[in-house]
Amino acid sequence: MSEYIDGQSSRSESVGIVERKFFTLPEGAGPFVLEGGANLSPVTLAYETYGELSPARDNAVLICHALTGDAHVAGYYSDKDPKPGWWDLMVGPGKPIDTSRYFVICSNVLGGCTGSTGPSSINPATGRPYGLEFPVVTIGDMVRAQRLLVEHLGVERLLAAVGGSMGGMQVLEWTVRYPDRIAAAVPLATTPRHTALNIAFHEVARQCIMADVNWNRGAYYDGEKPSTGLAVARMIGHVTYLSDEAMRRKFGRRLYEKEAFSFGFDLEFPDFQVESYLRYQGSKFVERFDANSFIYITKAADYFDLAQQHGGGSLTEAMSRSTCRFLVVSFSSDWLYPTSRSRLLVQAMKKAGLEVSFAEVEAEFGHDAFLLRNERLFELVESFLEHALAAERKRTETAPREVWG
Amino acid sequence: MRFDLQVIASWVPAGSKVLDLGCGTGSLLEHLVREKHVTGRGIEMDEAKVAKAIGRGLSVVQGDLVAEVMDYPSGFFDVVILSQTLQQVYYPEQVIREMLRVGTRCIVSFPNFSHWRIRSQILFTGRAPVTRELPHEWHDTPNIRVLTLKDFRRFCQEMGFVIEKQVALDTDYRQEHGHALRLFANWRALYGIFLLGKGQ
Repeated sequence: MSEYIDGQSSRSESVGIVERKFFTLPEGAGPFVLEGGANLSPVTLAYETYGELSPARDNAVLICHALTGDAHVAGYYSDKDPKPGWWDLMVGPGKPIDTSRYFVICSNVLGGCTGSTGPSSINPATGRPYGLEFPVVTIGDMVRAQRLLVEHLGVERLLAAVGGSMGGMQVLEWTVRYPDRIAAAVPLATTPRHTALNIAFHEVARQCIMADVNWNRGAYYDGEKPSTGLAVARMIGHVTYLSDEAMRRKFGRRLYEKEAFSFGFDLEFPDFQVESYLRYQGSKFVERFDANSFIYITKAADYFDLAQQHGGGSLTEAMSRSTCRFLVVSFSSDWLYPTSRSRLLVQAMKKAGLEVSFAEVEAEFGHDAFLLRNERLFELVESFLEHALAAERKRTETAPREVWG
Repeated sequence: MRFDLQVIASWVPAGSKVLDLGCGTGSLLEHLVREKHVTGRGIEMDEAKVAKAIGRGLSVVQGDLVAEVMDYPSGFFDVVILSQTLQQVYYPEQVIREMLRVGTRCIVSFPNFSHWRIRSQILFTGRAPVTRELPHEWHDTPNIRVLTLKDFRRFCQEMGFVIEKQVALDTDYRQEHGHALRLFANWRALYGIFLLGKGQ
C-alpha cells in the first residue's frame, strides 16, 4: 500500500484519537506452533479497536491489512498526528465500515514490525533481535494468531472479515479455517494464490534487500540498516501497485523541478517526476518498516495457496469448507491481482454453493484502488455489511437457544 | 412490480432455490426473497445494476450470463429465470440447456415479434420495426434474435424442451396490471412467458 494515501479524510469525520494496544499469548498456553514446524514464544500482536462490541457480541468486523500495513487502520494517535490510519476513508463513524455500528478490530500481522512479534523482536534465547533466526510464518499462522486475539476480545464469531491484497488472503483463510466463527467475508483485490509473476516480483524485491551490504544476513539491528535495498524493494512494489495508465496520467514524462534533461545520474535530483516519486516512496518506507519483516511477509504471501492448503489442490474443495457469505471485489486496472484471479475464487464459491456476490469495480489506480476513495466500493461494502448484520441477527433469533440448568 | 414479473413470480414455488440470469437491479429476486422466501442468486453484466442488487442484500455476480451459468453444480436450483433476455443471447439452445442442467425448471420470457403492430410496420412502411418493446434501430440493437411465440414453441419441440406452462401478455411491461391473452395470441401478444421442464 502506498505512502501517498494520506490526509484524504478530514479530522472531523475520523474515528478520532486511537490507541495501539498489545496482546501477548498467555505463557500457560505453551508455545505457538507454526505451520513450518517451529515453536514461537512469546507471541505478541499489536492491535487497535474502534466502536463498541454489542451486548450480543455480533457486530465485530476484523480488518486484515495488506503486505506493509499495520494495526492503525483509522484515526489519529494524537492531536498533532499529521496522518490518519491507512484506511481512514473506509473506517469511521458514518463511513462504509461504520464504527458507530460495528466493533472494528485490526491487528498487525505476525512477522510484522509495528508491535507484533517479528524478526526485529528480541529472541528470548539470545537476548538479541531474531533476524534470520525468526521462523518463517505463513498466512495461516497469521490468521491463527488473529483468532486468539479475537477470542481474547470476547468475540466468539466475527460478523465479517474485510481486507485487500494480502489482507484478502487472510480473509479467505479465515473463512475456510474457521467457518463457524465468521458470518461474512469481503476479500478485495486478492488472489487464491500467487502466480509465478507475483512470486518473481517479490523475489526481486527480497534480492534488493539481500544485496544491500548492510543487510548482513539479517543481523543489522545494532548497525547500519539495509535502507537502500529496502527502498528499492519498495519502488518495485510501487510499480506493481499502480498501472501503466495511472502512471502515465500521474507522471507522464514530466521532468522534476527542471526545464531540461540533466544528462546524468544525480542521486538527489533525478530527471523525471516518476523517478522522484519512487525515491520518495522508498525513503518514506524505510523510516517505518523493517527489511527483515518485508522479506518474511512477502514470503508468507508467496507460500499462500488456498487450494493446495485446504482442498488437496482443488479450490472448490477448499471453498466448500466455508459457510459464510462473500462479497468479492476486483478492480478493472489491477494487473497485480487482476479480475481473472477474483473470478477463479467466485467460480469455486459458486461451485461450492456459497452465497457470493462479485463486482469488478471500474477504477483507475491499479492494485492500490482498494485503498482510495471509490464511491462504488464504499457503497458495496456498506450495504453488504448492513445486510450481513441483519442476516446474522435473524440467524441467532431463529437458532435454538441454549438451555440453562 | 412489472406485470410480467408478477406472472413469473407466481410460477416460482415458495422456499425454492432460484437463479435469475440478467437480473438487472434485482427487483424480481428481491420480491421472491421477501414474499416467497426463496434462496436467490443473480447474474448481471452491468456494474451499476450489480451494485444496486447487492445493495438490496442479494447475492449477485457480475459477469456474462452464458459463461457464469456454467459454474453452478447440476440440479442446484429449482427454477432458473431468463427474463427478457433471450433475444440478446448468441446461443439460445446452449443457454437453455445449461439452465435446465443447473435447475429443475426454467422460465423464459421475450418480446413477441409477430405482434400485429410489428407486422403492420413492415407491411406498410417497409422498414425494420421499432416499437416500445423492441425500441432499437436495426444498427444499434442488442436484440440479435427476433422470434415469435410460434417460433419458440417450435424451437422447444425440436430441442426437446418440454413446455409446462405458457402465457401471452398484451400488457406494456411498465404496467403493474394486465391480463393473459387467450385468442390470437401470436398476433396480439407483446410478450410470451414460458415455463420449461426436462420432460422424461
